[in-house]
Amino acid sequence: MSSNSVPIPDAIDSTKPTSGEAWLLEALHEWVITVDHKKLGIMYIVAGLFFLLLGGLEAVIIRIQLLVPHAQFVSPEVFNRMFTMHGTTMIFFVIMLILFGFGVYLVPLMIGARDMAFPRLNAWGFWMSTFGGLLLYFSFVGGDGLYGAGTAPDVGWWAYAPLTSRAFSPGHSTDYWTVALLVSGFGSVAIGANLVATILSMRCPRMTLARMPLLCWLYLVMGALLLFTITPLTAAQLMLMVDRYLGGHFFDTQAGGSAVLWMHFFWIFGHPEVYVLVLPAFGFVSEIVPVFSRKPIFGYPIMVAATVGIGFISLSVWAHHIFTMGMASYSNAFFVLTTMAIAVPTGIKIFNWLGTMWGGKIRYELPMLFCVAFLFQFLVAGLTGIMLGSAPFNWQLNNSYFVVAHFHYVIVGGILFAILGAFYYWYPKMTGRLLNQTLGLWNFWLLLIGFHLTFDFMHFAGILGMVRRIYTYEHGRGWEFWNVVIGVGTLFQVLGLSCFVFNLVWSYFQGRPADRDPWDGWTLEWATASPPPEYNFSVLPEVKSARPLWDLKHPEDPDWKYQ
Amino acid sequence: MSTSPATFPATERPWTLPSRRRVGMFCLIAAESAIFVIFLVAYIFYIGKSLTGPTPRQVLEIPIFNTVCLLSSSLTIHLAVRALQRGKTATFKLFWFLTLALGAIFLFGTGREWHRLIYSAGLTISTNLFGTTYYSLVGLHAFHVLAGLLGLTIVMLLALAAKVTEEHTEHVDVFSLYWHFVDVVWVVVFTTVYVVGR
Amino acid sequence: MSQLSSTLFAAQMSPTNIFAPSSTPADSIFRLSLFVLAVTGAIFVVVFSMLLYAAVKFRKREGDQAEPLQIYGSANLELAWTVLPILIVMVLFLSSARVIHAIQDARKPDGANEVTVVGHQFWWEYRYSQYGFVTANELHVPVSDQIHPTPTFLTLLSADTDHDFWVPRLAGKTDLIPNHPNRTWIDPYQTGLYLGQCAQYCGTEHAKMLLRVYVDSRADFDHWVKAQQQAAQLNAGMSPGATQGRRVFERTACINCHAVAGTIAAGRFGPDLTHLMSRDTLAAGAAPNTPENLRAWIQNPDTIKPGALMPAMNLNDKEFDQITAYLLTLH
Repeated sequence: MSSNSVPIPDAIDSTKPTSGEAWLLEALHEWVITVDHKKLGIMYIVAGLFFLLLGGLEAVIIRIQLLVPHAQFVSPEVFNRMFTMHGTTMIFFVIMLILFGFGVYLVPLMIGARDMAFPRLNAWGFWMSTFGGLLLYFSFVGGDGLYGAGTAPDVGWWAYAPLTSRAFSPGHSTDYWTVALLVSGFGSVAIGANLVATILSMRCPRMTLARMPLLCWLYLVMGALLLFTITPLTAAQLMLMVDRYLGGHFFDTQAGGSAVLWMHFFWIFGHPEVYVLVLPAFGFVSEIVPVFSRKPIFGYPIMVAATVGIGFISLSVWAHHIFTMGMASYSNAFFVLTTMAIAVPTGIKIFNWLGTMWGGKIRYELPMLFCVAFLFQFLVAGLTGIMLGSAPFNWQLNNSYFVVAHFHYVIVGGILFAILGAFYYWYPKMTGRLLNQTLGLWNFWLLLIGFHLTFDFMHFAGILGMVRRIYTYEHGRGWEFWNVVIGVGTLFQVLGLSCFVFNLVWSYFQGRPADRDPWDGWTLEWATASPPPEYNFSVLPEVKSARPLWDLKHPEDPDWKYQ
Repeated sequence: MSTSPATFPATERPWTLPSRRRVGMFCLIAAESAIFVIFLVAYIFYIGKSLTGPTPRQVLEIPIFNTVCLLSSSLTIHLAVRALQRGKTATFKLFWFLTLALGAIFLFGTGREWHRLIYSAGLTISTNLFGTTYYSLVGLHAFHVLAGLLGLTIVMLLALAAKVTEEHTEHVDVFSLYWHFVDVVWVVVFTTVYVVGR
Repeated sequence: MSQLSSTLFAAQMSPTNIFAPSSTPADSIFRLSLFVLAVTGAIFVVVFSMLLYAAVKFRKREGDQAEPLQIYGSANLELAWTVLPILIVMVLFLSSARVIHAIQDARKPDGANEVTVVGHQFWWEYRYSQYGFVTANELHVPVSDQIHPTPTFLTLLSADTDHDFWVPRLAGKTDLIPNHPNRTWIDPYQTGLYLGQCAQYCGTEHAKMLLRVYVDSRADFDHWVKAQQQAAQLNAGMSPGATQGRRVFERTACINCHAVAGTIAAGRFGPDLTHLMSRDTLAAGAAPNTPENLRAWIQNPDTIKPGALMPAMNLNDKEFDQITAYLLTLH
């Protein structure tokens, strides 16, 4: 359209094109330069799902290689790269990105704000994180190995020293691990700061901290925790680069350096990191379970206290990952105490969710199905965590498939199920369409069966002595049967998650339209259109309690009468 | 479902929240502190553990002058912010420039110290554990001073172009928090490296 | 006796079953683990049942549109389910601390057997300083009598990266970390072969750094020690092929890495070969010790353990035959 049609001379015609190449470029441009928290939230999630495909492929390769002893599906070198990349990808570029996405999308809406505190920083964090992930995968073609061919990192996702030193990891594969995580780490710290600043400084009038949705509390603690969690890893990785490129000796045991120092620094990052991953999942469950039980969350104040307690205690338990490293007995005992202690606030949460369901009128829509599965599975995960927290028991179970089963129980059975619940719950808000019910049920049941086949039985392989990170194993150790069952479960999980991804795409075009409040929810995001306009709210409801929409819908029995 | 706009009776307490800029800066400071703590822990852990010389006692000279400069710059930046708060832009520019100069002197002094250590004393980052941890810790701090100097320079240029006024008081105050942080870190690093570690 | 039979049953399921202890450290852990399992099992049963009950009982009935009673919390309930877990935590902590102390702080009795274990990529070196010899990959220890224990204390060192010594039926695992000596101990109750493997990722062939611990009767152990203490028994009765093989061995790069006591070969980077033929396996358990495997290994280690640090020695077929013949004499 030319400016001839516009009455003012030399005016610029900014009507958006509606079709063709111009439309595509316009749309791409809009998304690339956006600082809108809603678009960025979706971008984080889509990026996370992309990396989920890659991480999942690596898992499938691992399980095929381990189906039978002495298989030759892949070489040991390739296998070692697979488990390294699988762990690194899933933690940093799948779970973290998806959780960041939900956080930056939901938090401003739930606190009645226009956007995050620092919208441009939000965009910067996204691009840094995504670039880090792409850099990590570029290692497959770029990192030169012994023969000049590209190689991905193969030092395990913890990259223990001195395996990562120049002597034992020539070439650049380890550097790709280091730099990719350094870059995305800066992004993560930025997101943490942004979440904290948003929640503290951008709440709508009269939304005191005590009236904030629990999800916002969980993201507040997660954001604050990120500041102290990622940074030790950043520091350790800088030290590793000094060792590898400037001849430093931080972890150089030949020069008196300490491999143990890396272990401590890594796990000072590594343990709080898993709480960074789980707290938002708790947030999703704390929003979904009340709405589908039709009761407020049981014990809001103690849930907040437990969250903050978990945040603090999580900084003191790290050495339970290195009980076998040879610390003095009293050091080991100290970490047993702190590890067991963190079970208390975590257990409290499970009881409070149970208390929320108790006496309710539970609607088993898909978000609730996933959250109920979460409750059972997280219970088991927590209990195997307690087993691992007892140092002597840990001396048998550590570095075996029992640990692998435990943390997949937390991350897949707990966190991923909660994330899927969040998808089914908030997809209508983000897109204006409901996810397909049938596909959703296939997703749920296939994944549930697959998850349990794989990870329930994996515990036994560990108990029977199967070590982790091995590309093959011996006959006659009693492990063959369990590995086959694990493999079959993997197939079911792939099918279940494929249903999910297909559902996401199909429902975007064909899903039933959703109105602004399809679930009869109580928090502010349901007070605006689905999807919300760019400015979020034209009119904000009055906030006098933690459930402003409940108060509006039930003027005869509002929350603020009881608080 | 109707939503009624929020009404705020005059008797209610005014709704104030912490400034997002301040919160953001405190978050940055918290994160950076964690990085410094890890480098400090490494430094302290390796005191006395080098397999070969030189030792700190043999080669380190206490940088009194540099330290005085850097710590004074905290005072000058504080005075600059106070001046801007009162609308005294000329005073602000003076004290801001002093801060910049003092910071630059500190950095230059560090550079001279390192030149002496490398070429006269034979201490490099790869010499021994002391070398590695010393250059990393002091270097990390110097890097943060450099970043601060960059920010100071940008503000200086804006001020010279008469773009910085009283209404930017909060902005420069928040920036000065970063500068104070850099100084506090130096106090800790100085104590660890030049007092305790020798 | 029933504990022994349950142990044997568990051992049948797998030779590396952590629930088939045959040594005090493994047994202490086993007993503690039963207690921990009982406590966590009880918690599981209670909470699981309540969750199941709530999930089923409080489903929304068809047509019921009324909202349920809105309950915000209960201070008493919350107190109860805070205090009770704290008590459970204290119990679990104290019981764990007791076992930690018992295992880690055990005093080494006089006359205990001592072996220094050095982890390498991807094999195990065993130094018997008490007896003055070095061997590789197969650890022999004397059986211990439960009334008058004769434990073996292992000092754990590493020559390169991190490793971990884990023989589940004998003890919990302990890392081997360079520049950080560790200590562990075992007092096996029964003679036999106990299996395990390296349990800390150490590089390409981490999976094939297997452990074989031979628990011998006192007499057998003394006999084995005497044999190991001998230098290589090389006599004129060696076949010409073996004699030539020895010459090749001592003139090529073999002696850079390997040692054969009583000859000029004194390399320490690779396993000591003085009594190679007294071992059941090659390459830390990667293959049975047969002449065919031995020859294949020397020709190209990558065919058995791709990524092992021994390079393929580019000799000709005759030389490979000769070296194999020589090594076959090293009993």
